[in-house]
Amino acid sequence: MKNVHNWEPKIVAFLCNWCSYAGADLAGVSRTQYPTNIRVIRVPCSGRVSPFYIIKTLQNGIDGVLVSGCHPGDCHYISGNLIARRKFALLKSFLEYIGIEPGRVHFSWVSAAEGARFAQIIEKVTREVKKLGPIRKIVKKI
Amino acid sequence: MEEIEEKIKDTVKKLFKENKIDIFIGYSEGTLPLRATPCFITKPDNIEKLVWNSYCFNNLAVYLPRFFLTQHQKKDARLPKIGILAKGCDGRSIVGLIKEHQIPRENLYIMGIPCEGMIDIKKIQDAGCKMQEVEIVGAKEKDNKIVIIDEDKKEIELKKEELLADVCMRCQYTAPVIYDVLIGEEKRKTKEEERAAIIEEFEKKPLEERWKYFQEQVSKCIRCYACRQACPNCYCKECFAEQTKPRWIGATNDISDVMFYQIGRIFHQAGRCVDCGACVRACPMGVDLRVFTYKLVKDVKEFFEYEAGVSLKEDPPLATFKSDDQQEFITEP
Repeated sequence: MKNVHNWEPKIVAFLCNWCSYAGADLAGVSRTQYPTNIRVIRVPCSGRVSPFYIIKTLQNGIDGVLVSGCHPGDCHYISGNLIARRKFALLKSFLEYIGIEPGRVHFSWVSAAEGARFAQIIEKVTREVKKLGPIRKIVKKI
Repeated sequence: MEEIEEKIKDTVKKLFKENKIDIFIGYSEGTLPLRATPCFITKPDNIEKLVWNSYCFNNLAVYLPRFFLTQHQKKDARLPKIGILAKGCDGRSIVGLIKEHQIPRENLYIMGIPCEGMIDIKKIQDAGCKMQEVEIVGAKEKDNKIVIIDEDKKEIELKKEELLADVCMRCQYTAPVIYDVLIGEEKRKTKEEERAAIIEEFEKKPLEERWKYFQEQVSKCIRCYACRQACPNCYCKECFAEQTKPRWIGATNDISDVMFYQIGRIFHQAGRCVDCGACVRACPMGVDLRVFTYKLVKDVKEFFEYEAGVSLKEDPPLATFKSDDQQEFITEP
């Protein structure tokens, strides 16, 4: 089906409008190179990301998911990312527990000034998802 | 047991006389032996119907939110006063519902009852008398023994201890945490470690094996939503399973959709599940995902030091935060 040799993973990144999205923008403006595997979805806050989004993304055959928000304490809405942190701590541990590879779902903090850090994180996530290969579990076959 | 049953009836009679309640929710004799059915008493004449035995396994808290739904919309409607018989697990569910503002505490009269564990009917099959082969026409209960009477009036004696449901064997809170009156005395057994051990054992299994178990269990599911209906925490007017905007789950029997439903249902219980086992008991297909629901109970306790349904004061764990919550899971470059 998919050619393993030139297979490239698809990764969806949910980036918060105020920090990580601006961080990604900075990486672009500074012409920092990073893998082109990510598809960005801009969200108002990392707290806006429902765990359902993540599961649904994987179900639709996306190989990896990254959720990135402001550093703790820097949330534009004061505590959105702190509430999100609790949700994601449980989700990450739960998905691993039911048997979905932990490398598929990532969470990170990137501020608007950290273009280089954003590029590094994308590199790391892409590397890990690539190692795991195409997603097979939970995917809905149409 | 009979002594307690009489005490329940007397107390309910008194409550009706003093006009403290409009409705009492308890159990009455089921249509089949070894069953009790939830029962709603609205008139003092019906109090005699109430029973208390080892088959009162339904979680009665599930019926509470619906009494306060429509009335919430009309401003000056008088809310009913409800008396409820609460075992330990029912009591914890009630605490959760009060906390989530589904039921007003002042409209409840909680009759706490220390529970000695309910029996699992499936275990009777395992105990040697198969339901298909033996027609059970009656059952009695005396001193920790269950006596089953078959067609030929032969009596089979079984030890209650061996028939207890898995959840009941690992029960920590046998009586409700909050109550207005407690019938009988509370005996508390702590078996937290035993339960945690089951999870730890599962955690140690390789990833693929865990996935295989999850797949096996989920593939039995026919998505009848009985687990959701039986769960006191699932009171949403519109469940994600039936939502069309967005449509989270397709109307198919594709295993991927079933997985999404089960993961969603279980994850919605994070920090709310009291491990009453209602979902497993309600399942007609024998899907047992308790090893997953309990994982969330354990994680919430480990990460946020919170236990569902134990106190009215603490905030629900996912509605609050601490600045120093653990974040080892965060990906660093």
